[in-house]
Amino acid sequence: MKIGVPRESYPGERRVATTPDVASQLMNLGYRVIVQSGAGSEANFSDAAYRAAGCEIVASTRDIYEQCDIVLKVRAPEGEELGVLRSGQTLISFVWPAQNPELLETLTARGVTALAMDSVPRISRAQKMDALSSMANIAGYRAVVEAAQHFGRFFTGQITAAGKIPPAKVLVIGAGVAGLAAIGAAKSMGAIVRAFDTRPEVKEQVESMDAEFLMLDFEEDEDGSGEGGYAKVMSKEFIEAEMALFAEQAKDVDIIITTALIPGKPAPRLITAEMVESMKDGSVVVDLAAEQGGNCELTEPGQVAMKEGVTLIGYTDLPSRLAAQSSQLYGTNLRHLLTDMTPEKDGELVVDMEDEAVRGATICIGGETTWPPPAPKLSAAPKAPPPTPAPVAEPEEEKKSVGGPLIAMALGGLALFGMGAVAPPSFMAHFTVFVLACFVGYMVIWNVTPALHTPLMSVTNAISSIIVIGALLQISSGSSLIMWIAGFTVLITSINIAGGFAVTRRMLEMFRK
Amino acid sequence: MNSAGLVTASYIAATVLFILALGGLSNQETARRGNWYGIVGMAIALVATILGVVTQHYTLLFIALLIGGSVGLVLARRVQMTQMPELVAILHSLVGLAAVLVGFANFMDHSTVLHGAEATIHDIETYLGVLIGAVTFSGSVIAFGKLSGRIGGKPLTLPARHWLNLGLLLGSIWFGIEFVEQSAAGGGTWPLLLMTLIALAFGVHMVMAIGGADMPVVVSMLNSYSGWAASATGFMLSNDLLIVTGALVGSSGAILSYIMCRAMNRKFLAVIAGGFGTGGGTTASGGEVEGEVVPIQPEETAELLANAKEVMIVPGYGMAVAQAQHTVYEITKMLRGKGVNVRFGIHPVAGRMPGHMNVLLAEARVPYDIVFEMDEVNEDFPDIDVSVVIGANDIVNPDAQEKPDSPIAGMPVLEVWKGGTTIVLKRSMATGYAGVGNPLFYKENTRMLFGDAKDSLDAVLKTL
Repeated sequence: MKIGVPRESYPGERRVATTPDVASQLMNLGYRVIVQSGAGSEANFSDAAYRAAGCEIVASTRDIYEQCDIVLKVRAPEGEELGVLRSGQTLISFVWPAQNPELLETLTARGVTALAMDSVPRISRAQKMDALSSMANIAGYRAVVEAAQHFGRFFTGQITAAGKIPPAKVLVIGAGVAGLAAIGAAKSMGAIVRAFDTRPEVKEQVESMDAEFLMLDFEEDEDGSGEGGYAKVMSKEFIEAEMALFAEQAKDVDIIITTALIPGKPAPRLITAEMVESMKDGSVVVDLAAEQGGNCELTEPGQVAMKEGVTLIGYTDLPSRLAAQSSQLYGTNLRHLLTDMTPEKDGELVVDMEDEAVRGATICIGGETTWPPPAPKLSAAPKAPPPTPAPVAEPEEEKKSVGGPLIAMALGGLALFGMGAVAPPSFMAHFTVFVLACFVGYMVIWNVTPALHTPLMSVTNAISSIIVIGALLQISSGSSLIMWIAGFTVLITSINIAGGFAVTRRMLEMFRK
Repeated sequence: MNSAGLVTASYIAATVLFILALGGLSNQETARRGNWYGIVGMAIALVATILGVVTQHYTLLFIALLIGGSVGLVLARRVQMTQMPELVAILHSLVGLAAVLVGFANFMDHSTVLHGAEATIHDIETYLGVLIGAVTFSGSVIAFGKLSGRIGGKPLTLPARHWLNLGLLLGSIWFGIEFVEQSAAGGGTWPLLLMTLIALAFGVHMVMAIGGADMPVVVSMLNSYSGWAASATGFMLSNDLLIVTGALVGSSGAILSYIMCRAMNRKFLAVIAGGFGTGGGTTASGGEVEGEVVPIQPEETAELLANAKEVMIVPGYGMAVAQAQHTVYEITKMLRGKGVNVRFGIHPVAGRMPGHMNVLLAEARVPYDIVFEMDEVNEDFPDIDVSVVIGANDIVNPDAQEKPDSPIAGMPVLEVWKGGTTIVLKRSMATGYAGVGNPLFYKENTRMLFGDAKDSLDAVLKTL
């Protein structure tokens, strides 16, 4: 089958659905990849790079749609692209069916098989194709970069000859993928980072990144984690306590990065106009929820605004502003999805509606709308800790270990006495030697480093062929049968002697510093 | 000249040299010297015996020594380091066979006549020497077959095998009593022969019942047996050199077996009784592991490795099978050249023989000061950026710590999952020898690099 990658038509969109690297991996799956000329130019992937990876280059979007069975895009098709989509064609891109019901209708009506990357369920199996997380990660990083761009000071604190520079204080609201990425980026630039989230289970993640997790002074134990690891709407009391915390923090921090989103709802208003006013002049607010209405009251989606001396960044295209990186991650997500959908690696796409990940992403197929999918079964959030296993009956064993050696020693002593009573003195003399040798062996071997266990075994093996002495004692026997047996024994033991020592030597020669 | 006295003096020298040889092997600096002590000791013992005791049939003696010696040297030169376990096993069998033959020859030799308790004890010694020798012989042959792949690695669990073992034991005790009685009357050949057959059968059955993962224990146990066989022969011949040397080897093998068992958290008897988790007690379910494995390409692996600061390589039997140790070292060299701290973490029972992995890495010229034991590195895993698990499974299974009802619960394991990213090289998703699923493969920070370890690593090396 042919995979087509058209140039993104949305104004300002710099990303591309497939990089040359990903394209060559798709070809390994048996597909042919056709790329529209200039598709990757905004993301720094030239036509030549695609061609070098083995892709075909065509001039127009129309060519792509006419020739290809599968179309990979970042943004959903629009305008004339919709007109050339044909029945049986597969489209994989972001669609946002909840926000774009007409688009979903059109896609269904045209008989297209559409997979929405935004609808990939949040199950652990599908993490590798979770483009939302990939994009959120980039957005979080870029948010810090944008903030640094508009912030007039260092992030890191310094003591210089020209005076002391205090570190910047950054507050990250919402510690999802984007929030955590922002925390990481800000932290590595040297800022003091605080974070807040309604879901208590992320506290550990925040602290693992060396940021401070702000706790609410709130009595009831309210857990903000909803289905699928996303946040949910909180109670009124909770929100009030939360707002009080933000108001207090706004006066202190230099940069606020908000990433709070609740699926299917407008973004919660967390930073009011008064809070922005209370912030120091020169502070920066980056609102990652701008597209959904914004966490900050004053944000202007898509714009950078100066209000009350504070810079409000409302870009809605942060991933696109890091086009090469986001194209690469998005392309890899697509490749993982296609790998799962190409079980035979023969370039034939199989839409398996039994596969939970594919089922979740598929929003329409064969003229039927299949969105929304049934609820996913597993949550990405940790479940309640498993009940601690019943303690194993250990006390018994301890009791045994106290009595064991004593009994063993007593038995051993008795056996020794019994033997001494009947055995002739010559035997007891040999036996003394035997017991002493066992102990010497024990003491000596105990110190051997495990790395030398194999040479030790081969050398002890060579030494144990000392049994040859037995054969030598017999070889001078008058009986020819005994002589031959002894001769044969000498033969095999000398194999052992020579082989054992020689191989040990060979091995030891290899050990070097 | 008092030749008997001189022979004894040489035997004392040989004994001391053997002890020094074993002591010398306790670390790498003195190991080579230790081996030389052993060679010199053996030479002294041989020369003293040939000069002092042997009176005729020199031609046969020297021809045998010459042929045997050259066969041994050729074997030692030809063997691949990955085949070491097989070689050690087959050499053990020779000692066992020698013990049986010396025992029979001694039994047939009626030049010295003993009476009363001395005769009884001598008979028992002969009997024991042959018994242990025969078990060592057949057991080692089977172990050789299993290790070289001529016999399947699966444990053979006959129905009622514990009763069968008990029966064989009782049978050999009964024949032992018969033997002592008949021997006093001048006979006893049949009980001795029958017992030898029983002992051979016992050796076969014992090793057949032991699974592939327990092979290190078996090899060291057979090592121990070959020592005891030599020791028993020494008692029979009233030769202190044999007794001492046999006891040294016997206790050394026993300690190795003990160390191996401890490394697997298994009771020695449970290993000998055979099978895995089938010796009664809890038959824990293998445990269905849920989750998704994330495959990775060699190119991405190379990138991860190149960008890491701390890398830990955990080799297992799979590395030996794929002969990947040289590629592993090439990668190690390259990474260390780039300033990546690459180290090796070795589990005591990795491979088929105690110290198997160390020998392979040494063969590939990996310097031994970057090869560490499990206990030395286990605490470092949280600081490791990338762990590479090459063809190992059970020794990195988190279930051993997390699931009290797992068949391998309590076994010490390398805690690779505590590090940054774990890359597991495996041919397929098959379980290890313990037959339990490994949740490591499903962890979020684990990536699976499927395919033959050598091919995969070659691809990684090329990208690097």
